[in-house]
Amino acid sequence: MSAVVSEKKLKVVGTSPDRPEGVPKVTGQAQYGADWTLPGMLWGKILRSPHAHARIRKIDTSKALKLPGVKAVVTGADFPEQKFEYVGAARVALNFWHITRNVMAKEKALFEGHPVAAVAAASPLIAAEALKLIEVDYEVLPHVIDVEEAMKDNAPLLFEDMIPRGYTPEATKPSNISKRVDFKIGDVDAAFAQADEVIEAHFKTAPVHQGYLETHACLVRTDADGQAECWSSSQGHFAVRNLTAKITGTKVADLRCHAAEIGGGFGGKTVVYVEPVALMLSKKSGHPVKIQMNREEVFKATGPTSGASMTIKIGVMRDGKIVAAEGIFKYQAGAFPGSPVMNGCMCSFAPYDIANVRTTGYDVVCNRPKTVAYRAPGSPISAFAAESALDMAAKKIGMDPIDFRLKNIAKPGTPTVFGTKLAFNGFAETLQALKAHPAYANPPKGKNQGRGVAAGYWFNGGGESSATVSVNEDGTAVVCTGSPDIGGSRATTAQMAAETLGIEYERVRPIIADTNSVGFTQTTGGSRVTFATGMTVINACNKVIEEMCKRAAKIWKIEPENVVWEDGSARPAGKRAGEFPPLSFREIASKRTATGGPITAAASINAEGQAPGFTAQFADVEVDPETGLVKILRYVAAQDVGRAIHPKYCEGQIHGGVVQGIGWALNEEYIYDKNGRMENAGFLDYRMPVASDLPMIEAVIVEVPNPNHPYGVKGVAEANIVPPMAAIANAVQNATGKRINELPLSPPRVLAALDS
Amino acid sequence: MSEMRYEAPKTVEAAVALLAGASGTLRVLAGGTDLLVQMKSGRVDPTLVVDVKGIPEMTTIAVENGGFRFGAAVPAMTLHEHAAFSKAWPGLTEAAMLIGSYQIKGRASVGGNLCNASPAADSVPALIAAGATATIAGPNGRREVKVEDIATGPGKTSLGKGEIVVSFFLPARPAHSGDAYLRFIPRTEMDIAVVGAGINLTLDASGKCTAARVCIGAVAERALLVPDAAKALVGTTVDAAAIEKMGAACSAAAKPIDDKRGTKVYRTKVCGVMAKRAAAIALNRAKGAN
Repeated sequence: MSAVVSEKKLKVVGTSPDRPEGVPKVTGQAQYGADWTLPGMLWGKILRSPHAHARIRKIDTSKALKLPGVKAVVTGADFPEQKFEYVGAARVALNFWHITRNVMAKEKALFEGHPVAAVAAASPLIAAEALKLIEVDYEVLPHVIDVEEAMKDNAPLLFEDMIPRGYTPEATKPSNISKRVDFKIGDVDAAFAQADEVIEAHFKTAPVHQGYLETHACLVRTDADGQAECWSSSQGHFAVRNLTAKITGTKVADLRCHAAEIGGGFGGKTVVYVEPVALMLSKKSGHPVKIQMNREEVFKATGPTSGASMTIKIGVMRDGKIVAAEGIFKYQAGAFPGSPVMNGCMCSFAPYDIANVRTTGYDVVCNRPKTVAYRAPGSPISAFAAESALDMAAKKIGMDPIDFRLKNIAKPGTPTVFGTKLAFNGFAETLQALKAHPAYANPPKGKNQGRGVAAGYWFNGGGESSATVSVNEDGTAVVCTGSPDIGGSRATTAQMAAETLGIEYERVRPIIADTNSVGFTQTTGGSRVTFATGMTVINACNKVIEEMCKRAAKIWKIEPENVVWEDGSARPAGKRAGEFPPLSFREIASKRTATGGPITAAASINAEGQAPGFTAQFADVEVDPETGLVKILRYVAAQDVGRAIHPKYCEGQIHGGVVQGIGWALNEEYIYDKNGRMENAGFLDYRMPVASDLPMIEAVIVEVPNPNHPYGVKGVAEANIVPPMAAIANAVQNATGKRINELPLSPPRVLAALDS
Repeated sequence: MSEMRYEAPKTVEAAVALLAGASGTLRVLAGGTDLLVQMKSGRVDPTLVVDVKGIPEMTTIAVENGGFRFGAAVPAMTLHEHAAFSKAWPGLTEAAMLIGSYQIKGRASVGGNLCNASPAADSVPALIAAGATATIAGPNGRREVKVEDIATGPGKTSLGKGEIVVSFFLPARPAHSGDAYLRFIPRTEMDIAVVGAGINLTLDASGKCTAARVCIGAVAERALLVPDAAKALVGTTVDAAAIEKMGAACSAAAKPIDDKRGTKVYRTKVCGVMAKRAAAIALNRAKGAN
């Protein structure tokens, strides 16, 4: 555990330089997922189920194969069978029996848009024509979309043999409930009995898509000996490699994956959809194969995060102390198990010191696309319910919502419902910073206007990262990491490298190396990269410095222990102090051949000691009483970032999370017809906010350094999306006197509440 | 993958001849902002596309008998940039300017908006409220038709085989006239009307309403002219009570459906709200506050 570098000594960390990859991006030269081509390349297209739920009796591909220009067709039968087992930690467990079926259906189509076959052809038009020639014999089955409906005894079952996990005594009857999880501390029932006031309410949220602008795309080539290479848009090319290798039966070392530039991910590009299909088509045809989804495919067959049905109960004393809390969270998993309900159970009350808490979660399958991570997966959903209920409690006892939260904050040492004790400061400072914002003293006073406050918690991640640093003869350094850059991580890793080495930011060239050129690195997600990848870059830079000092010792013909590194130069020290003028990074780099050859260092880490993200936010709104339209007048978001390596990107992360939260709160939802077909699979009718819908979002950066990182980093990218839904619902309540516990707060729903 | 023929005739007569003489799926291409999207998504696979952007009378704005005639293929942005036109018909211009992004507005035309026959088309209620007529050319020559008689239902028009809408005519504007169009969308732009309302009214020198036309959109299978709403205004000073009555008439006339963009109940109420707000704007304009 290293001490945090003092702020006074920092030169590059804490500034906001231009992004190193900015020029290729703004000039259109950057290569995104769909920008790769190869000679002899074929176009892959995927045939998708038109039914929400159907048994696949037979697939006849013979006519498609006869169409001139068609080079290969694959169906579920082409993919190797996978063992049915849940592997990995419970929170993120994988089951490849499910994963391979999500990529390509086998026995059943479980949602509209579920892939059932794919073709590779000489042109996109031929591929599209070939899809029409594939004959699929479906037995259409009753379907279920809503989570409460799916949990009913008589609901159509997606998996006839799925016995719910997590029950005592063990469940014996098949159900759409994949799993029940529960957490408990204290004596919840006794505490409720003693509380002065008990608040209880039911909440619902709609599933929402991550909404990245760039659709999924990849190019895969294969060699005759089974080696393969893949270029794709993802948050983790190592994850693409490992998942694709397993699904296609390829040796991990034989699949080399490159990270394309990425046009947004937000958690949704942590899994594979098209890569294994392209690989199988490439294997079968012997040609490189490119697959690019359109927007409709993205909406119908990727993402989203869960919709949920939830009940919250809070017991509070008249002095503002919360004595008991309970949450029941039913999350839609989509077509395969694995909603983030466990996170929801863990995060909902995590920032508060409540002695008696019980949270129960249900992971429920239904005929929708399989849910995928979305920015702080699981936490925003349960927080909408918990933070709305906290607002109700604060109102009931007549306390300011920030003071109410401050009275109940968790501090280092406070036990959480999931067993561990909180180990970090930051929440109190964040709430105080929000309260100190000049606007907090001036709540909106106009007609139909109101304010809502909410807070948020997210774990943040550490984990495995690798980096190599190579010094060049001109005094520049190349920093290779395995982390796809979705939020400015090339800039921040270059900043941390420049700071550590003592050289200018412009002399560091950060790149993302392919899976065969740098050590294993987990996906860019969980707000882990600036923390964990940053740390391994710093470690590699420290190794370079050690080597640089040895080279200086060699040049000076003195003992290496009498050389120190200061301000980017080696200096003689100890008994040699002052004997030689300092040798700069550039001077030593230029003498590498004569002093021992290339100067490079590699480092890998399984980083621990990440600190959670805390945020507190308020929204000021005005509600049109005749149309139900909610206008956000002002939005202020305070967040503890540990230390801002690049303050503008921290602000950008806060803006981004809040904007996505505003969309989630106001308009985003999946609309299904009675046959379980999505009616709004496009940006026109899946209403994400546009720029003119938004006020200036005021980001308040709070810096309570993480003692476990040399520069004090805490993850920044996710906590910010946790509070907006509750903040806005609380504001609408404050503006209109009507509390709406179901998202989205769309104009028809708000108007109906106002008119009720 | 059927073959598609593309033609770009230079005269209305040539365009009509092409359309009248061909069989299969025929489409007229103006700005293409609906048609190209439909073709790319596979909803329509035309055998013949007749591009009318090269036909001068379909792409120009001219003064005629003190009023305006503008080509059916004139882009929204061109109407907006025509100082005299947009001053005389600010409501219609604003309605056309609600169609899509700036890039879209540089291509999208009022003629296309009308003939695409979406019940939610923004320029159509404003055009009907304005009392516009359309010149239609076909194999049997030309005819003048009220705009409200063209769209008959979603994607359907009263145009016969080989007929195209050539231009629109807006009559000379009496003094003290004003028009306005408002739509409701859950966002601020880049969306499709949940409901829309266009109003055009004329006052006499004393401020009394002598003529009014009210048309509501996205609340029926096509834009609805609401005579009862107009009656509520004519003869009044367009005071609060008259506006309230007019809004109620709009809600009473609406016969919307529940769909992904809004509910029946919501549309019924909010079309009245939009009409009332549009009437207030039109009134101000009629009083000279452009």
